[in-house]
Amino acid sequence: MTDFIQLVLAGAADGAIYGLLALALVLIYRSTHIVNFGQGEMAMFATYLSWSLLDAGVPFWGAFFAAIVIAFFIGIIIHRVLIHPLEGSPELTIVIVTLGIYLFFNSIALWIYSGVPKVYPIPAGVPRQSWEVGGVFIVPYHVTIFAILFGLMMLLFAFFRFTKVGLAMRAAAAQPLSSTLVGISVPMMMMLGWGIAAAAGATAGMLSAPIVVLEPNFMATILIFSFASAVLGGLDSPVGAVLGGFIVGEVSALGGRYIEFIGNDLQIVLAFALIVLVLLFRPAGLLGRPQVVRV
Amino acid sequence: MKRSKFTFLLLLVVAIASLALVACGGDDEEEETPAPTQPAGQTATATAEASPTTVKAYDEGASDTEIKIGGCYPFSGPAAAYGTIGKSAEAYFKMVNEQGGVNGRKITFITYDDQYSPDKAVQCARTLVEQDKVLFVFNTLGTPSNTAIWDYLNQKKVPHLFVATGATKWGEDPESHPWTMGWQPYYQAESAIYVEYLTKEKPNAKVAILYQNDDYGKDYLEGFKKALGAKYSQVVVKEATYATTDASVAPQVAQLKESGADTFYIIATPKFATQALVAAAQIGWKPFILLNSVSSSIPAVMKPAMDQAGAEAVSNVITTIYTKDPADPEWANDPGMKEYLDFMKKYYPDGNPNDGFNVYGYSVAKTLVEGVLKRAGDNLTRENIMKMATSIKDLRIDMLLPGILINTAPDDYYPIEAEQLAKFDPAAGRWVRFGEVIDVSKKRGG
Repeated sequence: MTDFIQLVLAGAADGAIYGLLALALVLIYRSTHIVNFGQGEMAMFATYLSWSLLDAGVPFWGAFFAAIVIAFFIGIIIHRVLIHPLEGSPELTIVIVTLGIYLFFNSIALWIYSGVPKVYPIPAGVPRQSWEVGGVFIVPYHVTIFAILFGLMMLLFAFFRFTKVGLAMRAAAAQPLSSTLVGISVPMMMMLGWGIAAAAGATAGMLSAPIVVLEPNFMATILIFSFASAVLGGLDSPVGAVLGGFIVGEVSALGGRYIEFIGNDLQIVLAFALIVLVLLFRPAGLLGRPQVVRV
Repeated sequence: MKRSKFTFLLLLVVAIASLALVACGGDDEEEETPAPTQPAGQTATATAEASPTTVKAYDEGASDTEIKIGGCYPFSGPAAAYGTIGKSAEAYFKMVNEQGGVNGRKITFITYDDQYSPDKAVQCARTLVEQDKVLFVFNTLGTPSNTAIWDYLNQKKVPHLFVATGATKWGEDPESHPWTMGWQPYYQAESAIYVEYLTKEKPNAKVAILYQNDDYGKDYLEGFKKALGAKYSQVVVKEATYATTDASVAPQVAQLKESGADTFYIIATPKFATQALVAAAQIGWKPFILLNSVSSSIPAVMKPAMDQAGAEAVSNVITTIYTKDPADPEWANDPGMKEYLDFMKKYYPDGNPNDGFNVYGYSVAKTLVEGVLKRAGDNLTRENIMKMATSIKDLRIDMLLPGILINTAPDDYYPIEAEQLAKFDPAAGRWVRFGEVIDVSKKRGG
């Protein structure tokens, strides 16, 4: 039993990372109705920026929050320069631009930082030694990630449900024309959506870097699983994205252990099979709302 | 409407997945390469054979002033820790060039990033041979990458020298691939050394194995299987695999712990080896750890693991080494070590001199210059390069452990065949060697 719980915890730690980036994907989808393929690389780049700050002697949490703020503005600038001018273009055009963002940040990180992996520290103040509870080992850093993820999710949930700006952002995404008529600046809301998503992505990057090892492609595999998570949970639901992340993490970890023919080799296939199933039976995802046709 | 949108989305997800998995490949533009014609150097080779020493003979890539060679390395991607091998080798050639080159010729070393991805390695090899027109391909890194290009290079009759992988196959059957040669001790021999150690020191060991799910991982595993023979099923209680696309190996390590094993054999490249060491410590698993030599780098593996999970994570780890560890005080006054450190300071100041991978790059480049290029003289044909590479006699490269000599022959494609066990000392931050330098040539065919 303890072994089972240990495996569940390992899956949850992976799942939390998928969920974090999935959260960022959902945020962009909510505000602009597109999927940003550059999300992972933007997060990777923000993580490198924070690494530079750490390297320059800035304390951990200082670098952490500075990188989040910088990422927020990078998100806004990208929207302003690349996405906003394409307003009204077919979705495919915008998606291709996001692929461009992917390549841009990947190349620029490789150029500035080279591909040699960097050691990214776990936050100061988090114990290195695991806690043992009845034979199960709990990793303090994983608990930190869970806590931040949960806090972020709640914050976003409240933001979109109870604040005027959050509601305006949802309105702008759902009904751009009507929103304009009631005085909401749609481009402004979308821009804000990109900024918040970039900041959430940066958080995901910085929290996963100590586990995955920081190098220019480190978010690429995470992104695949995060897509799975976001689609699974529902592309417009922050809670769904996090839930999806945990499900994908657990399915990979437990499926690899308990389904004989799957083994560890086919974990990724399992994640994709899951998406196909969900899309067949619940096209909007587990917690997503059925899609409204865009005007 | 609703459905089609999500079908579209699903397609996109699959598209980006495949995009990321093949690491943004885009490798179909060279499909229309004309059928290979007779190599340009064919006639030159014939002349050279008629009068071997006096006449200058060149194949593509060689001239009176230049020897052009190429390599493919993972400068980025999941195995990027190895990228520094390519950089230190390049720096070594720069030093040789500044000191006058080889027999008056400068070495041009062209490298490309293949991200440890076989399809990119194919692109890289073809670019080197067909566009850059190199004389030969040198030290290309990674078992999967080299597996993808060795048929091609052998068909083209381009030497494929000192590949940076210890897969046993590079030397197993020289007749089928006469143009490809390894350099480092081969993986199956390393596994056999661990088995020998366990048999002697821990006869009741219960072993759990984590291995990379490709040719490289399977070669190490095969060596372990062969050495244990019928006892394998009793000794090895659990195997788990990972792919280089996995985000972490923590779930695998949790499974391995569950098996009740007291010995953990890590067959993993640096990024995943670090994760495995950390994950084991984090879940309170304290096995005796056998770490494959390809991840014995201190700055790329041992130190990051220590930073994350404390000294305990690396306090019971052994590996095999065949090069001198710059952190080992025993070599403080060693002339070979001094030469290496001076080299690092002057020609590769960005590199970490304590990184075993830089020692590797330096030593393999030196093997090429001393063992092959200098001896080839003015006869720089592909055939003669191979002839030199397969006739190295007792070559001493001073950053290899004392007593290790490089020997090759037309039927011996394993240049380095000796290594020594070492245990990690977390307090001193270095490998401490123990036992004898083991000659693994005797383990061949066994």
